[in-house]
Amino acid sequence: MPDATGLELIAAEVRDKLGEDAVVGTKYAHERAVLEISPARVHDVVAYLKEGADEPFDSLMSVHGCDYLPEEPRLGVHYELLSKARVERLALKTRVGVDDPALPSVVDVFPTAEYQEREVYDMFGVVFDGHPDPRRILMPEDYEGFPQRRDFPMGGEPVIFTYNEDEMPRWYD
Amino acid sequence: MQVTRQPAGDAGDLRVRQLRARQMLRGELEGEDLEAYVEERVLMTRLEQAQAWARANALFPLGFGLACCAIEMITAIAGPRNDLSRFGAEVTRASPRQADMIILSGRVSIKMAPVIRRLYDQMLEPKWVIAMGACSSSAGMFNNYALVQGADKFLPVDVYVPGCPPRPEALTYGVIKLQNKIKQQPDLGWRERYQSYGTEEQSA
Repeated sequence: MPDATGLELIAAEVRDKLGEDAVVGTKYAHERAVLEISPARVHDVVAYLKEGADEPFDSLMSVHGCDYLPEEPRLGVHYELLSKARVERLALKTRVGVDDPALPSVVDVFPTAEYQEREVYDMFGVVFDGHPDPRRILMPEDYEGFPQRRDFPMGGEPVIFTYNEDEMPRWYD
Repeated sequence: MQVTRQPAGDAGDLRVRQLRARQMLRGELEGEDLEAYVEERVLMTRLEQAQAWARANALFPLGFGLACCAIEMITAIAGPRNDLSRFGAEVTRASPRQADMIILSGRVSIKMAPVIRRLYDQMLEPKWVIAMGACSSSAGMFNNYALVQGADKFLPVDVYVPGCPPRPEALTYGVIKLQNKIKQQPDLGWRERYQSYGTEEQSA
């Protein structure tokens, strides 16, 4: 992990090369460096960190989604980068609203992102523009809704436990 | 140490039985002797019972696993410690056309359910289903959007084996339960129970 100073240096470098609007902010907590980036510039930042920087972040370890329900914009997408030259990890986080959840795809930079972006689309409904095969990956293809969103119903069947016996009269019907 | 070899049974008795069998085949046995011979050698049964006995003791499971219970199922069926072939149910078949029984070993996701139903429809009747473990019996702890809440939502299940996963002994016990069920009642009546006529796969 870069320390807090190293993170600010990376943020300054990205701002210097790609413009002030690329980086929204930085966060350093629990020895984890997080670079918050604007959704429109995701592809530019990832491509720069992989190919343009002197000591590149050359591995994309994970792409995953997140739903911060009370906050706006709700949906987060996280990119975990690893630099074998620096021996450091860096998390990129971006947020998109639930009304128009669109992000540029990074598949052309990191081919490994293909399945992981499909999974984020499957579970959270984030559409990745430029993805070569934007289908669902885990749920059936005719499934409706995005099940990992926090306002999605849990599903399953009500099960009686000792604590909720009273709340479910005639549960056996 | 000196090793002595015991003859298997009385040699004279064996010779007597051989001679009586020869006499019977030549038609030389008559009267009381023939009655005694038939009573000793012939087992009477009904065709349905014999058929059920044969079906129960040559139960071919489909080689099919769903999740972690499948690992337990492998040890229960094929492992040397819990060899299911002791009870005549070990020949796992790679094709549903040759299988008599499907063991649902693991959680059934909603994406997998049509596949399992299709495999089940491809099996030739008579066919039986064992729901192995809590997940395929009732979705277990996965009370959520991704899983079918119990495989009996889309299949007639004959035997439920509880456990997470069940011990190999439990699965063996479930198979023996199924065998007893087959032996006692060849027509299990599940088509009446589930009103599932017309789901037999038609030949083209």
